Amino acid sequence: MRKTTRKAWALAAGVASISLLASACSDGGNADEGGDASGDGNITLTVATFNDFGYTDELLAEYTEENPNVTVKQTRAARSEDARTNLTTKLAAGGSGLADVEAIEVDWLPELLTSADAFADLTSDSVEGRWEDWKVEAATSEDGRLIGYGTDIGPEGICYRADLFEAAGLPSDRESVKELLGGDDATWESYFEAGRQFKAASPDVAWYDSATSIYQGIVNQMENAYEESDGTPKPLAENSEVQEAFTQVVTESADLSAHLEQWSPDWDAAFQSNGFATMLCPAWMTGPIEERSGGVTGWDVADVFPGGGGNWGGSYLTVPATGDNVEEAQKLADWLTSPETQIKAFLNAGTFPSQVEAWENEELTASTNEFFNNAPVGEIFANRAAAISVTPFKGENYFKIHQAVADAIIRVDVEQSQNPEQGWQSAVEAFQNLGL
Amino acid sequence: MSVQSPPAPERVAQSGAPRPPRRVGFSQKLSRWDVKVSPYLYISPFFIVFAITGLFPLIYTAYVSVYDWALLGGQGEFIGFQNYTDVFGQPMFWRSLRNTFSIFLLSSVPQVLVAIVLAALLDQNLRAKTFWRMGVLLPYVVAPVAVGLIFGRMFADQSGLVNSALGVFGIDPVRWHVDVLASHVAIASMVNFRWTGYNTLIFLAAMQAVPRELYEAAIIDGAGRVRQFFSVTVPQIRATIIFVVLTSTIGGLQIFDEPRVFDPAGRGGGSQQWMTTTLYLYDVGWGTQRDLGRAAAVAWILFIIVVLIGLVNFAVTNRISTSGGGQPSRRQRRAAARSSRRSA
Repeated sequence: MRKTTRKAWALAAGVASISLLASACSDGGNADEGGDASGDGNITLTVATFNDFGYTDELLAEYTEENPNVTVKQTRAARSEDARTNLTTKLAAGGSGLADVEAIEVDWLPELLTSADAFADLTSDSVEGRWEDWKVEAATSEDGRLIGYGTDIGPEGICYRADLFEAAGLPSDRESVKELLGGDDATWESYFEAGRQFKAASPDVAWYDSATSIYQGIVNQMENAYEESDGTPKPLAENSEVQEAFTQVVTESADLSAHLEQWSPDWDAAFQSNGFATMLCPAWMTGPIEERSGGVTGWDVADVFPGGGGNWGGSYLTVPATGDNVEEAQKLADWLTSPETQIKAFLNAGTFPSQVEAWENEELTASTNEFFNNAPVGEIFANRAAAISVTPFKGENYFKIHQAVADAIIRVDVEQSQNPEQGWQSAVEAFQNLGL
Repeated sequence: MSVQSPPAPERVAQSGAPRPPRRVGFSQKLSRWDVKVSPYLYISPFFIVFAITGLFPLIYTAYVSVYDWALLGGQGEFIGFQNYTDVFGQPMFWRSLRNTFSIFLLSSVPQVLVAIVLAALLDQNLRAKTFWRMGVLLPYVVAPVAVGLIFGRMFADQSGLVNSALGVFGIDPVRWHVDVLASHVAIASMVNFRWTGYNTLIFLAAMQAVPRELYEAAIIDGAGRVRQFFSVTVPQIRATIIFVVLTSTIGGLQIFDEPRVFDPAGRGGGSQQWMTTTLYLYDVGWGTQRDLGRAAAVAWILFIIVVLIGLVNFAVTNRISTSGGGQPSRRQRRAAARSSRRSA
C-alpha cells in the first residue's frame, strides 16, 4: 500500500515535470537594446519596424548625413504580430529593451492608448497640419498626448477584374466602372446593385470575395460603431446601426459573395479561378492581389468607394518614454514621417503616405502600377485619401466586439451554418459573454 | 555502487587491542560526505534548471492567477478565485475542453496503435533497415507550423487536395473548416503525421531489447507472429508503452501549433469548432481579452487536468499490460493457455 502511494507521488512529480518541460515555450524576438550614448556625444538610435516600411539602409544613412552624431539602426520583424508581441511584452515588463522608435499598426492604438504614459508625448509645432485630423486623433489620448506620428495609411478604392466585367457585358474602363458603381456619390446600395447586374449576366462569378471585408468597410465609416466617444460599449442588442449593416451585408452576400475568408487558402486559390470580380482595395492590398494572381491579367483599380472614403490599416511611429534618447528619437521619428521621407519610402515599398502634403507630390501622383493595367495608383489613392471624412472611434473594447460580430458573419457567409437571424442572435450572445 | 562498499579494513583494526576514542579525520569525513551527497550533486543540474524554468513559472502562474492582471496594465488587485470562476463561466472554455479531448483521442489513440504495429514491422528482418527507420522519422523533422500550413492547404474546403481526392471516389467534399468532427480529424491527422514516426522509433528501440530467446521459445511452443506480438512483445515493452502513452497524452492535451495555423485567423474557427484549451489560453491572454490573470487560471486548470489524466492513464496502462497476473506467471499463463486450448 505504502509502496503504491510513493509510486503515485513519484509519478505525479514525473508527470508534472514532463508536462512543464513540454509546455515551456520560448519567446523569441529581440529588439536591439536602446541606444547607447558613448562619451563623444555620438548616439545610436534603433528603429523597430515590421513587414516593409520602405526604410532602406540608404534612406537611414541620409539621416546620419544630416546629423553626423547619430547612427540609425533598424530591426525588422517579419510579421506585425511578432512586433506586437515584442512591444506589449516589453511594455508590460516596464519598457526595458524597447527600441528608441517603435513602429505600430493603427489597430493596436486603442490598447496602447490605455497606457499612453509609456510613450513620449510627441506633440510638436513642427508636425502641425502634417496629417488629416482623423489620423492624428486616432493616436491622441484622452488627455491630449500624441503618442505616434503617422507613416502610411490605407485609403480604399475598388479593385476589379476588367476581363470579367467585359465577359459580363459591362463597361470595363476605370471611368465607366466608377460611374457603374455610383460615381462620386457611390453608396453601398449602388455597389450591391451593380453586383446584382453583374451576377445576372455572369452567374458563376461572385461579385466580391468575402462578407467580412465588406462589413469592415461599412463599419469603418461609422463614427461610433460599437462604443460611445467616452469609451462606453454600446449594448449590441440595441445597436440598430450595426444590426442594419450586419443584416444588409449577410443578406446581399447570399448571392453576391464568394463565401471566402480573407487570407485563407481558398481565398488564395480563388484569385486563380476567377472566384470574384471586385474587392475593397486599400492601397497596400495591391501587393497581395498581385502576389496571388500570377498569370491572371485584367486587374484594375477604380477611383471610387461606396459611402464616401474609407481607411483600412496604416501605421505610426512611437517613441517609448523609457528610452535613453527620447528627444533625439522624437527628432528621428519627425524626420522619418516628414512628407519628403515618406515619398521615398512609398517609392521603395508602396506604403501610401499619410501626409497631406505628399499627396500633391508629383513623384507620387505620377506613379502607376503596371500589374493593374498601368492604373495611376498614386493619383487614385490620393483622391481616395482626400475623400476620407469620418474618424471611427476605436476604444478599448472595439476589437472584442468587432470580433464577435465578424465571427457571426463568418458563420453565416463562409460556414453557412446559420441564417442571418441566427447569426445576429449568436453575435448578441457572444457580446453578452464578453461581460462588458 | 563500488563507492558504497564498506570500509572493511577498519573493522579488522577495531577487533585488535582497545584504543582511545577514534577521531574522524577530515578526509574521512569528506569521503563520507562524498558517498552521501555526491549522487545528489550529480543529478542536481536537472533539478536546478527545472526549478528555474519549470517550478518557478508554475508557482508564479498560480500567483498571477489570483490577481486581476491585464496584459499591459500589469498587476491589479487580489481577487482570489474570481479568475477561475470567470473562466468556468465562459462557454468558450467548455467548448475548448471538448475540442481538446476530441482531438486528443483522435490523435493519441491511433497514433500509439499504429506506432506499435509499425515498430513491430520494422523489427523484422527487412532489407535497407536504416532507410525504413529513417523514413518513419522524417515527418518529425518538419516544423509543426510548416505541417500546419501545408495540411491547412490540403484540407481547404473548396480548393483542397483532400477534397479533390475524395471527389475521385464520388464522395462529396467534406467541410473541413466548418464541421466540428471533420476539423478535428484534419488537425489530428497533422499531429499523427508528425508524431507517429517518433513513437515508432521509441517502440522499436524497446523491441530490440527484448531477448530473442523468448521469441525462440514462443516459436517452439507453436506461437504464430500475432501471438508472439501479443504474448511476448507487448508485455516486454510495457514500460515503454506507459512512457509513450504518457508523453502523447501530455502532448495531445496541449496541441497548439496545428489548430493555430489551421485557418488565417488562428482563433479556432468562426464558432470555435477547433479551438483547443491552449489556443483558448492564448486568446484569453494575448488575443481578444488580453487578461493574463484569467490566462494563468486556464493554465492551472489545464495543468491539473493533464496531471489527473496522466494518473488515470498510468493506472489503466499498467493494468492492461500486466493483464492482472504477476510477473513470474508468464510461463504459467502460457501453460494455462496451452492446456485450455487442448481441453477446448
